[in-house]
Amino acid sequence: MNGRSNTMTRRGRGSSKVMTPRTIGLRSLRLVGLYVPIAFVLLLALFPFYWMLVTSFKANNELSNLDINPFYPHSPTLMHYMRLLTQTKYLLWFKNTVIVAVVSTALSMVISILAGYALARLRFRGNSFVSGSIFIVYLVPTTLLFIPMAQVVQRLGLLNNPVALIVVYPTFLVPFCTWLLIGYFQTIPRELDECAMVDGATRFQALWRIVLPTAIPGVITAGIFAFTLSWNEFIYALVLVSSDNSRTLVVGVITQLVRGDLLPWGMLMAGSLLGSIPVAILYSFFVEQYVAGLTAGAVKG
Amino acid sequence: MAIAHAVRQSELRPPLRNRLQALHGRDATQAYLMIAPAVLLLVVLVAYPFMLSLWLSMTNKSVGNPAEFVGLRNFTTQLDSQIFRQAFRNTIWYTAVTTVVKLVLGFALALLLNREFRGRKFVRAAMLLPWIVPSVLSTMAWLWLLESNLSSVNWALKHAHIIRKSIPFLTDPGWAMASVMTVNVWRGTPFLGITILAALQTIPRELYEAAELDGAGWLARLRRITIPLVTPVVSIVMIVSIIGTFSDIQIVYALTGGGPLNSTQVLATLSLAAGLKSGLLGQGAAISLFMFPVMLVLVLLQVRITRRRMLQ
Repeated sequence: MNGRSNTMTRRGRGSSKVMTPRTIGLRSLRLVGLYVPIAFVLLLALFPFYWMLVTSFKANNELSNLDINPFYPHSPTLMHYMRLLTQTKYLLWFKNTVIVAVVSTALSMVISILAGYALARLRFRGNSFVSGSIFIVYLVPTTLLFIPMAQVVQRLGLLNNPVALIVVYPTFLVPFCTWLLIGYFQTIPRELDECAMVDGATRFQALWRIVLPTAIPGVITAGIFAFTLSWNEFIYALVLVSSDNSRTLVVGVITQLVRGDLLPWGMLMAGSLLGSIPVAILYSFFVEQYVAGLTAGAVKG
Repeated sequence: MAIAHAVRQSELRPPLRNRLQALHGRDATQAYLMIAPAVLLLVVLVAYPFMLSLWLSMTNKSVGNPAEFVGLRNFTTQLDSQIFRQAFRNTIWYTAVTTVVKLVLGFALALLLNREFRGRKFVRAAMLLPWIVPSVLSTMAWLWLLESNLSSVNWALKHAHIIRKSIPFLTDPGWAMASVMTVNVWRGTPFLGITILAALQTIPRELYEAAELDGAGWLARLRRITIPLVTPVVSIVMIVSIIGTFSDIQIVYALTGGGPLNSTQVLATLSLAAGLKSGLLGQGAAISLFMFPVMLVLVLLQVRITRRRMLQ
């Protein structure tokens, strides 16, 4: 008996508990009650991505063949990727998206850092009115304003120009980032910038040299969110830019690859996958910041 | 000599408090400079377009034609239109059903992820992917899964002997709405799950331990501790989620385009169709503005809840 329980203990990865029918029962209960639901939820969450991957490697005759199992490629091919990258403007759309996302993010960050710092730190008339307005605009959806926005962009002479998106995206990025950064700046002790200023620094210097380095996690969170939101943006990109060469990736895929009765599924899935990967990679590096950003509005109040 | 120098310095130097006051005295000017770009942006590209949309909605403006004032005619035309009324009903129905389902599933997901297990961080990260990637692109995968002739979901269901005839996921009005809702739930549940999880993790463990000592069961702890303590956070994220769903255009546009027979038409897709495809900017603006009262109520509610939380 003694020897048996010893081997059990060793098998149980150093747990000091002796395996009894009861603990084994608890374990299988945990398996059913925890790991099975987790596996199920993971499958649901990730299956569409697996589906993109599988489809993008299938040959065309396989795509329309209902007699074979569709859930894995029978004779994998890179044909769809080749065609996507050489016979469509995908690479151009990709480039447009990168430029629009990077520039509008950078622009929004500068505006938001300045505004967020002033609203979090400085006492001035209209502070609560401005921060209130920013919070309200942060909640206003883009689908409410796309028609007048097209008119404004047209008057600015920017219709069909990707610059239009760089100008327009800050309208939803700045409220979001400012709101997020106000929360971060408020957590940094006031004494820090006051000390710097007593030593002769100006407000801008105190912000740039003292506060900003301390608020790096918040700045990163705001930055990656802004990049993701611009990368994924749809309605403005659809309405404000309509020439093939200046489209963004998301709109290029849905307007140029979704055409006719029989869609080029292989290419469409390859394009959707490649278009999702950049934000997925960014996300994988900054999971904690994303989660912090998601919950900042909610948990911090 | 040195002492005299020091004394003279301290005479010259005003007390620290005054210096700080002087510093803060300059705050206002600097503050206005710092918020100027943001304010300019919001005035020119948010407030002005909003005013413009109010004006457009009261004109017969269409692409290429000048605007003529028509009063509230666009709004009455829409209210009389079958399609508009259907889109309005669809929007409410789409939002209501998915919100309830996402709340229940999100809560369950949060409770699941709140337990200790190996690889929890990985699971949490993977779970959020549907919410991270561009919605239009992930909807393309769903389109291909549900597509009428080659649907692989139908293939799997047939091979599992669950169905004999293919389900018309996107071609039957009822099924099309269910499909659009499913994709919305797939994309939105992780957001609620992860934010509710964050709220769960702020609840002190001692509360549960004390309750357990007092003999409270699982359900009692859920009802008396968990739910009351996460409710404030949940109500805030729910409003964000409701606003997102109510104004959503991406999933519907990519999956069904509002069809078949307008059965999945929502306000956002309808205003896009009127404004972009037909070029009727006045009508399109009016349709968008029908969303505004609902948004306003939600936003004001959000402001109230947030302010109350901040005061606490």
